[in-house]
Amino acid sequence: MQDCRLVANDIACRRGDRILFRGLSLAVGAGQIVHLAGPNGIGKSSLIRILAGLLRPFAGTVEREGALALSDERLALDGHQTLEQALGFWRKIDRPADSQADFGLADLLDVPVRFLSTGQRKRAALARLAASEAPIWLLDEPLNGLDQHWSCMAQVAISAHCKAGGAVVIASHQPLAIEYVQTLQVLDYAA
Amino acid sequence: MIGRLWPVFVRDLTLLTRGAQGRGGAVLPLLFFLAVAMLFPFAVGPDARLLARTGAGVIWVAALLAAILPLDRLVEPDLEAGFFDQWALRGFSEEALLLSRILAHWISFGIPLMIAAPISAGLLSLDAAQLQTVELGLLLGTPGLAAIGVTIAALTAGLRAGSALGGLLAIPLTVPLLIFGAGSLQPDGEGGLALLAACSLVALAVAPFAGGAAIRAGRE
Repeated sequence: MQDCRLVANDIACRRGDRILFRGLSLAVGAGQIVHLAGPNGIGKSSLIRILAGLLRPFAGTVEREGALALSDERLALDGHQTLEQALGFWRKIDRPADSQADFGLADLLDVPVRFLSTGQRKRAALARLAASEAPIWLLDEPLNGLDQHWSCMAQVAISAHCKAGGAVVIASHQPLAIEYVQTLQVLDYAA
Repeated sequence: MIGRLWPVFVRDLTLLTRGAQGRGGAVLPLLFFLAVAMLFPFAVGPDARLLARTGAGVIWVAALLAAILPLDRLVEPDLEAGFFDQWALRGFSEEALLLSRILAHWISFGIPLMIAAPISAGLLSLDAAQLQTVELGLLLGTPGLAAIGVTIAALTAGLRAGSALGGLLAIPLTVPLLIFGAGSLQPDGEGGLALLAACSLVALAVAPFAGGAAIRAGRE
């Protein structure tokens, strides 16, 4: 896997006229997992979007080395297409070399995306993310809506990605059962 | 870059021509365009001379309104579903994405309009020479309409009542195209076609950048 590194220096985030947090720094390199923890509304999702480069930080800088993949509440799969076609669209762009973990979606490939349940959608999003073959994963609440079994499997996939030399940032209010996770309490930086 | 953009263009084109997910496809603007040409003679009466004199203007108004019809499904659904975010992460520029969308939008509404124009011309008793000017005008003008449409769709995506606002914004911006397009059908109006092409080119040159900036600003 290509070299990857994601460093945020002294980030502040403003939404509307409210500063959510300031002075937040984090660094994640190959084989590392950072868990952004904290209550609802503290700015975890905004921080993920800042790290992804989709939102400009109010202050501070972000350095990225290596391709990024993002999974948030937006599925980015066409609802009227079957799961296979919808994932196939991203495969045509990303052109992954080998088949990735399928997150138990093999039986659902001919089901239109709009008929998938919440948990199945989440798994589809994770499958899209894994198939992008980007070394840096940014996950916004990846375990929401997953049942116990798939929550466990998703965490296994995340740690496998790290062992293979990837880097992961997870924003989640839920406790994670992954080894060697550095936890960053966003609340500590609340303004 | 072009190679990676190809699947995106194919998807744009399929969604805009065939329609899905609450998008009506190319059929709706086309039927609307024909319906206006069909209703107009009922409203003003069957006087062929009057129809021939006003018909070309009606065709242009109908084309403009047909271009406004699909505005709310040009950008909004993909922005809402996170496609633009995912493309941005993969290094696609918003400008390239919107250029692809303008081309797809033009193919899905401009070309059907040109195919339907002879039918409209028949309903409005335009002669062959007028029809030829209308077709040429549509060929030059509809790319500009597509560019303005996509820009406005990008600007109003994510706003409440964005589609109503989009229609209102599109009307003043497309007025130059309407003036030169309909004007080219007046006696000695051939110069209008050149000005129409100029307006289209300006719209095409500005649209990807204005729309791209709008999408980026919408993320804040």
